[in-house]
Amino acid sequence: MTGVAIPHEAAPPAAVGHPPLEIPEFRIISPVGLAISGVLLVLLIVAIAVNKLWPLTFFHVAGGAAWTIVDLFLGLILGPILGRLSPQARVEMTARLMPKMVILMPTVVTLTLASGWQLASKTGTLLSSYPQHGWIVASFIVVGVMAVLALGLLEPANIAVLFELKKRRPRPEVIEGLMKRFIYCAGILGLMQVATLVIMTKLASS
Amino acid sequence: MTQDRFPPVTQLAMASLALIVAGGIYLSSHIPQHVPLTPAILLLALSMLLLGLNLAWLTRARDFAWGRFFRVARWAFVAYAVIAGMIEYAFLQNHVRGGVLVVLTLSLVVFAVHVPTLIGFTVARFDSP
Repeated sequence: MTGVAIPHEAAPPAAVGHPPLEIPEFRIISPVGLAISGVLLVLLIVAIAVNKLWPLTFFHVAGGAAWTIVDLFLGLILGPILGRLSPQARVEMTARLMPKMVILMPTVVTLTLASGWQLASKTGTLLSSYPQHGWIVASFIVVGVMAVLALGLLEPANIAVLFELKKRRPRPEVIEGLMKRFIYCAGILGLMQVATLVIMTKLASS
Repeated sequence: MTQDRFPPVTQLAMASLALIVAGGIYLSSHIPQHVPLTPAILLLALSMLLLGLNLAWLTRARDFAWGRFFRVARWAFVAYAVIAGMIEYAFLQNHVRGGVLVVLTLSLVVFAVHVPTLIGFTVARFDSP
């Protein structure tokens, strides 16, 4: 494995006496991931412009499913596992997972929300005269809280941890702190996704 | 963590984002009825005030890695400007016009400036000046 070794003096107390941590080579932003994201965003613009039911439903359902699954899996399953891994395994996992998250999450969130808004406009569920309007407003509030958490805490921590890992001598305590923030935040978002599921299934069955 | 020597940029940015999100929810929950704009304008003004306060406070930060901040914030701004542009496009596609469009557009400007500022700050505060 090619990587950067964190010397002993930079290691956290728990890792003293262990071999230096190896950080695998990674790119903060993958050009391939960026290209895929770009293609998806162009398709989204086309879907909104043609305003047909099927592409809008596809982007909303597929994007929403990906968003929900990633949040639930990361916050409730992968997060607790990550906390119990050895420092070396945690660093390797972080260096490989976080560059993907940087592109994946903003993309699926944009796909879900933009297509959802357009879909709601098209089907009339956005109107205040819609019988289940209260549930629609509840979904706005849940998504709003999730957006503030994701934009204010999750995304900055995601990017900061990648820059820290890229340093010649990354500080494990900084990585730990940022990863904790990321995982706790993902856990809260995962729980809020349950609320989204309740609202969306209620709307779909009414 | 070396957070204490810096202003509370994260907290102010989250409060500012929460205010524009609240304004957006208020406006969108009244579609297509006529909606008084005053509450949304007040929320937007408060949000912009927090943005200004945050930027002013940040410029006074000592020992801050400005080079790193601008490198990160610049690219983040490009990304969030694209996202804001897409949201604006969705509003225009749905014939949002007049005062509501102005409030929503200014909210998107706050969003597209504040989020990259926050990302740049979070990266730079762990860097050496």
